Amino acid sequence: MFTHLLSLLIWLPIVGAVPVLLAGSARPMLARWLALLITIATFVISLWLLRYDPNGSVMQLQETHVWIATWGVHFTLAVDGISVALILMTTFVGILVIGGAWKVIQNRPHQYMACMLLLEGLLIGVFCATDALVFYAFFEAVLIPMYILIGMWGGPRRVYATLKLFIYTFTGSVFMLIALLYLYQKAHTFDLATLAALPLTFKEQAWLFFGFLIAFAIKVPMVPVHTWLPDAHVEAPTGGSVWLAAVMLKIGTYGMVRFILPITPDAGAHFAWIVIVLSLVAIIYIGYVALVQEDMKKLVAYSSVAHMGFVTLGIFMAFMLVREGGNTEMASLGMQGAMVQMISHGFVSGAMFTCIGVMYDRTHTRQIKDYGGVINMMPWFGFFYVLFAMANCGLPGTSGFVGEFMVILASFSASPWIALFATFTLIIGAGYTLWLVKRVLWGPVTTEHVRHMTPMTARETWVLIGFAVAVLAIGMWPQPLVHLMDSSVAHLVQQLAVHKI
Amino acid sequence: MPTLYDILTLLPELYLVAAVCLILLLDAFMKPAQRPQLHWISIVVLLVAIYLVVAGQPEQTATAFNGMFVRDHVAEILKVFALGLTAVVFVYARPYMIDRKLFGGEFYSLMIFAVLGVMVLVSAGNLVTIYLGLALLSLSSYALVALNRDALLPPEAAIKYFVLSALAGGMLLYGMSMVYGASGMGGTPTLDLAKLHDVMAYTTAPKLLLLGLIFMLVGIGFELGVAPFHMWLPDVYHGAPTPVTTFIGAVSKLAAFGLAWRLLEVGMGDLSRYWQPMLAALATASLVLGNLVAIVQTNFKRMMAYSTISHMGYVLLGLSAATPEGYSAALFYVICYALMSAAAFGVMLVLTRAGFECEEISDFKGLNQKAPWMAFLMLLAMFSLAGVPPLFGFWAKVLVLEAAIHADMLWLAIVGIVAAFIGLYYYLYVIKVMYFDTAEEGAVVEVKADTSLRVVLSVNALALLALGLYWGPLLAWCQRAFGV
Repeated sequence: MFTHLLSLLIWLPIVGAVPVLLAGSARPMLARWLALLITIATFVISLWLLRYDPNGSVMQLQETHVWIATWGVHFTLAVDGISVALILMTTFVGILVIGGAWKVIQNRPHQYMACMLLLEGLLIGVFCATDALVFYAFFEAVLIPMYILIGMWGGPRRVYATLKLFIYTFTGSVFMLIALLYLYQKAHTFDLATLAALPLTFKEQAWLFFGFLIAFAIKVPMVPVHTWLPDAHVEAPTGGSVWLAAVMLKIGTYGMVRFILPITPDAGAHFAWIVIVLSLVAIIYIGYVALVQEDMKKLVAYSSVAHMGFVTLGIFMAFMLVREGGNTEMASLGMQGAMVQMISHGFVSGAMFTCIGVMYDRTHTRQIKDYGGVINMMPWFGFFYVLFAMANCGLPGTSGFVGEFMVILASFSASPWIALFATFTLIIGAGYTLWLVKRVLWGPVTTEHVRHMTPMTARETWVLIGFAVAVLAIGMWPQPLVHLMDSSVAHLVQQLAVHKI
Repeated sequence: MPTLYDILTLLPELYLVAAVCLILLLDAFMKPAQRPQLHWISIVVLLVAIYLVVAGQPEQTATAFNGMFVRDHVAEILKVFALGLTAVVFVYARPYMIDRKLFGGEFYSLMIFAVLGVMVLVSAGNLVTIYLGLALLSLSSYALVALNRDALLPPEAAIKYFVLSALAGGMLLYGMSMVYGASGMGGTPTLDLAKLHDVMAYTTAPKLLLLGLIFMLVGIGFELGVAPFHMWLPDVYHGAPTPVTTFIGAVSKLAAFGLAWRLLEVGMGDLSRYWQPMLAALATASLVLGNLVAIVQTNFKRMMAYSTISHMGYVLLGLSAATPEGYSAALFYVICYALMSAAAFGVMLVLTRAGFECEEISDFKGLNQKAPWMAFLMLLAMFSLAGVPPLFGFWAKVLVLEAAIHADMLWLAIVGIVAAFIGLYYYLYVIKVMYFDTAEEGAVVEVKADTSLRVVLSVNALALLALGLYWGPLLAWCQRAFGV
């Protein structure tokens, strides 16, 4: 089992989607239970990943299967600390989204559950592929269930949103495909470790860098290619939003870490300022954009863009620190912060979208003005909502704080100006989040929508408890998570310090 | 005098001639009640032909009739898929033909004659054999397009096809005559493809040779249906009975690839530096035009026609690399395309019935509610055509793009990539119609109860997924044919 652990994790949900589909619309309860059991099984199996030894070699649990012999493509899988953390997050969120959609999805629930399982398996595949072509296949294949998910169970403008999502992200990633094929010409392999060691001229690196950057920047998404995200989030069903925010955005930043850092370190260092500036724009400008939103989901979507700005800032800050100051320690801290922020944002944004879903299921509106005084009708819900809101604005003790603090700390030693701008997030983030809480939760009940709200069901409570445990655990005691990723981050910082020219 | 060796080399073709004559006779003498058995007889005939092709395949390239006929691995692959897909088309066609009272021996015999033309064409070792095969394929195709002669569109389509095809055939012949002439200036005139290969080295009329090449390219472009020689394609696709469209979309494209490879590489391989840029230009035009025009189509068959134009652009991408890797990628692509289009048309054929062609894209509205399995099969075909991993179509695209980059044509690969995401929209649109729209009141979607049709269609569409997950053996087969 341990030799094929990663394969098992990928294929269990994907193959599991077949019986769920076969359960058919006639037996929705069977489909739901099957899906839940499969996600729980996947999560339990993924716990074995904790055997990952941070002091051992960087890539562990390696699996190699010859796939296309004539092309030298191997189906290779392996994990480092970062992938382990992301996979665990994926399998955990996987259970929660199935739980969250239990009763809500009444239209063809078996197909919905199958989509969820497919997404989970494909996302796990993205996180453990160590062959560029395998990575690309998973990276793109994720779009298929996502397209169906938003298009079938989404809101009124779902077709527009889902087409936009598909075409945007597909467009970005085909440039990455060209970059990969170019690398294949040089190296005759798609193996990431070999590609990382491949010497490349600066000109080549620059082209490859932008090829990769377009693909991943759209996925993250970074300003100015973020416009698909608010649309997709607003129209997606709750489960789709949670997958999008919690895991799908992370494959963009994960890709940066896997491709840009090791393969094009010199171009990365040279153009790091572009990404840093765009990240700061995301943090400040998109924060302001979030402030004026009237739709709750849009607000959280924009706040996701701002928070992901922190991740890209942390990653590319490392270039500045290592290349200009030789400050490996601070670079590691910034990178570490970015990674923690990825995990934290996964749980926090997932929780925020689940909360909005809980309210939406009762009122069928997402407009902030339709709410007010929800706390009077749903006190326990208010408790969770405030908790996640606090995590969203980075309150110490919640997971949101850890990553942001580390990134700001690292950026201060690179340039106090960058730190200053990055710190704005604490103010703006608190602004839009607290104002949202104020308008939705507090005050007297003013609208009919709220008056008819019923308290949370046990199922909803359990889902939110799941998110809350994760958010608090990382916030209170980040040490295990940091330790898990420590050696992998150190390895990354080493890789980006190498001059390949 | 033909020797026994010649006859043995030609055995599959000779067998097919005999078999098709038998079918004609059976059709004439069978009682009407027994006619339906022609269907199964024809399928068995094709399967036996596949067996003869594979079992008798010599390890080394064999030639017969003084090099007129070549039996190599490229021909083997093309023949196996041509025969197999024709059998698939028979299975797809039966309910359609019965519903429209078109069922009869002439459909089967014409189809087998057409596939015989394909077999002769892809095995041609001589300009004459090439034209012989092409003529047999074309003549049968005209008749097949006009099979439903009482309807309005088919005869119109057949006439268009006939006139334009005759023009293109004339161009091809004219080009061949120039090449023949050029080979005679400074040497012995020859029609043999292998001998034509070195004509450039000795001919005293190189310009005539190049002019001949250009004229032949027009003919090849027409058969492939690449822009700007694509005008016939949408009308023929639209007007022909859907099973015939399936045949033209799948099997004829295999033949067109064989034609292009035989003429360009086997015959004119020495001139590759001249025809490479020409093919690249044709590829660019097809990729851009096919994808852009497909976006605005509302008729599924016309959309598929423009999609064919763009896909043939990808085939040219591989061919224009002019390397064994490029040819094998192009062959891989054309096989992939044949399977994809057969699956897409297959779903359409399952849903048609007398009086309802199911050819507007809007006819697929809400298919997921009525027939989720058929909708899923169509989804596989569409994502595969769009080139989304892990489906088969994606890997075929990767291979031709890689071949283009390998041949230092990065710009062409980028054109191909840009075309891929322009083309994405209309495939996604079909999925949108099937999955996101609700069926209109009164629109009754019926799925044919024909078991063999459903089984074969399911295998066809699932093959797109299976081959997407494991395409190594097929690639190895294609590469071995070109000695990669």
